[in-house]
Amino acid sequence: MEMISLRNIDKWYNPSFQVLKNCSTTIEKGEVVVVCGPSGSGKSTLIKTVNALESIQAGDIVVNGISVTDSGTNLPKLRARVGMVFQHFELFPHLKVIDNLCLGQVKVLGRSRSEASEKARKMLERVGLSAHAEKFPGQLSGGQQQRVAIARALVMDPVCMLFDEPTSALDPEMVSEVLDVMTELAGEGMTMMVVTHEMGFARKVANRVIFMDGGEIVEDRPAEDFFQSPESPRAVQFLSKILPH
Amino acid sequence: MNYNWNWGVFWAPSPDGAGTYFDMLLAGLQWTIVTAICSWLIALCLGTVVGIARTTGSRWMLLAGNAYIELFRNIPLLVQLFLWYFVVPELLPVQLGNWVKQLTYGAFYTAVIGIGLYMSARVATQVTAGISALASGQRMAGLAMGLTKAQVYRYVLLPQGFRVILPPLTSEFLNTIKNTSVALTIGLAELTARARAMQEFTFQVFEAFITAAALYVALNIVVTLLMRYIERRMTVPGLVAGG
Amino acid sequence: MFSNLDFSVVSNSLSYLFFEGMTFTLMLTAIATVGGLLLGTLIAMIRLSSLPVLPQVAAAYVNLMRALPLVLVIFLIYFLLPYVGQWVMGASRPIAVGALTSSIITFTLFEAAYFSEIMRAGIQSIPRGQVEAGYAIGLNYRQMMSYVVLPQALRNMLPVIFMQTIVLFQDTSLVYVLSITDFLGAASKVAQRDGRLPEMYMFAAAVYFIISFTASRFVQRLQARTAIVR
Repeated sequence: MEMISLRNIDKWYNPSFQVLKNCSTTIEKGEVVVVCGPSGSGKSTLIKTVNALESIQAGDIVVNGISVTDSGTNLPKLRARVGMVFQHFELFPHLKVIDNLCLGQVKVLGRSRSEASEKARKMLERVGLSAHAEKFPGQLSGGQQQRVAIARALVMDPVCMLFDEPTSALDPEMVSEVLDVMTELAGEGMTMMVVTHEMGFARKVANRVIFMDGGEIVEDRPAEDFFQSPESPRAVQFLSKILPH
Repeated sequence: MNYNWNWGVFWAPSPDGAGTYFDMLLAGLQWTIVTAICSWLIALCLGTVVGIARTTGSRWMLLAGNAYIELFRNIPLLVQLFLWYFVVPELLPVQLGNWVKQLTYGAFYTAVIGIGLYMSARVATQVTAGISALASGQRMAGLAMGLTKAQVYRYVLLPQGFRVILPPLTSEFLNTIKNTSVALTIGLAELTARARAMQEFTFQVFEAFITAAALYVALNIVVTLLMRYIERRMTVPGLVAGG
Repeated sequence: MFSNLDFSVVSNSLSYLFFEGMTFTLMLTAIATVGGLLLGTLIAMIRLSSLPVLPQVAAAYVNLMRALPLVLVIFLIYFLLPYVGQWVMGASRPIAVGALTSSIITFTLFEAAYFSEIMRAGIQSIPRGQVEAGYAIGLNYRQMMSYVVLPQALRNMLPVIFMQTIVLFQDTSLVYVLSITDFLGAASKVAQRDGRLPEMYMFAAAVYFIISFTASRFVQRLQARTAIVR
């Protein structure tokens, strides 16, 4: 079953600058797809088009059978089912950790406060942060904040998860705690689209790798194939720079 | 200086029959406070609406918001008060205009509306700045979890934005208090007007104005301390102020 | 309603409004800006200095001025000046000081407090690292200030100073309380004489708006041009 389908996506920032050029791909339910490429290649923009945080000028996007590009679609309702994790966490700094996790459940899904709070605590336990429920985001380390952000997305019972460079703002020693949570999630069969430079994660967890450059999808192949025999010179060059020698 | 100081004059009865000259100044202080608070409520409400409108991403809302701000910011407050007091009643239908002109507290209502609108333009600028100071990711994160645009403002952007602009809002409120004195030109008997009246009755210029000045300073200190207390209460642990 | 308006009262009094009124308004704005800037610079320098006592005195002056309504200060200085004049001159009776002189002194003293704050903030806005970097390449205090701190601080301050001048231009209308013939005073006098308040005040508002709006647009353009990319 198709979970995310992108067809011929075009996006211009202004008439002279096209960020996305005819991008197409399909992600099946349960698949983990890593999107990589040099900075400025359009990968973050692409992932944000999936839940319409970035608008597009041409093309079609369908998530879980619902068209994102159709003007009649109830976007908040759709977004509520698509979890997103940001590079800079984007926890709400004025709300306690527990309230960050309850906001969407109560205001969007209409759950009762006690139901939401119970679910939030379970999820915090899962990401190993039960002890921090009553703290404010600013009192946590970067790695802890990103795990809270993942929990905040998961309490909404998402059908798929989008990760936009989830580890690039972290200190090196905190990267693995976040990747571990993501690996576990992939193992449970969550559909995931992940923009990242963590090639170790891609090799171990991803089913497919999408390589982007200059707003185009240059390669879209099974992870193993991509790492063993990249086809395009641009991917070869990219991998030679990013992989340990 | 051969000025005849006479601080005792404050305990002499004032010609308005309401008590001593000191009572007279205190009554002025009350009008200053009431006018400032009422104006401030208008300024906060309208300023917040206009400030938000400029951040929604809609082009015509931005233009309308900018036009509103430019209009109220580029005409002196005194002239704006004259417009509300002398001009607007003339432009209304005759009967309505006459009714407005005969209102008992006409000067007060005019001052509240005039100063409120004037200050709302300044509040709007601050509200826009406060929301813009937040990283754009906060808006995205709110939308991404399925909140509507209105909910994103209510639960994510405004609580943070207002924390950021609390200090400048404090000084705008202090400006509102000071600006109430301009309303003496349309006959509002606020603190400065009472000091002026006392000076005319008693010729004790300095006692009148120094006391009025001291009352303004005291009012300033009280408001500043109060706002500092509120700021402390609002501080979020681990969050560096200023976003 | 609108049909009653007769704007010929405006065109008949244009030369009075502008040659008498606006000339005074602009003159007061100019003098108070220059005077306020000079005095304000002095105050800011004193406040940032390590002299004894004086910084506290300067701070007290600035805070007092900023706590008081301009209208009150206009009255206070108007009534205070004759006694100060008497004391300075050693005269036996208070010296008569005109409303014009008094308003010029008032606005200079009042604006100096605001200008000094703008300058202090401008200088303090330069990151400490810039000062250290200046010393690190071997500059002395004077060189560091004049080549590193002030060029950056001035660029930050200039638009704010211009904006404050526009505020000052509008604030000069408050000399109305001393019955001076500034632009608003002139408009008001014609309005009272001919019983044409709506026309005159609408015209005055339009003139203030056009001047202030044009000037602030100019400042915004200047700001965009001189901004330092960080």
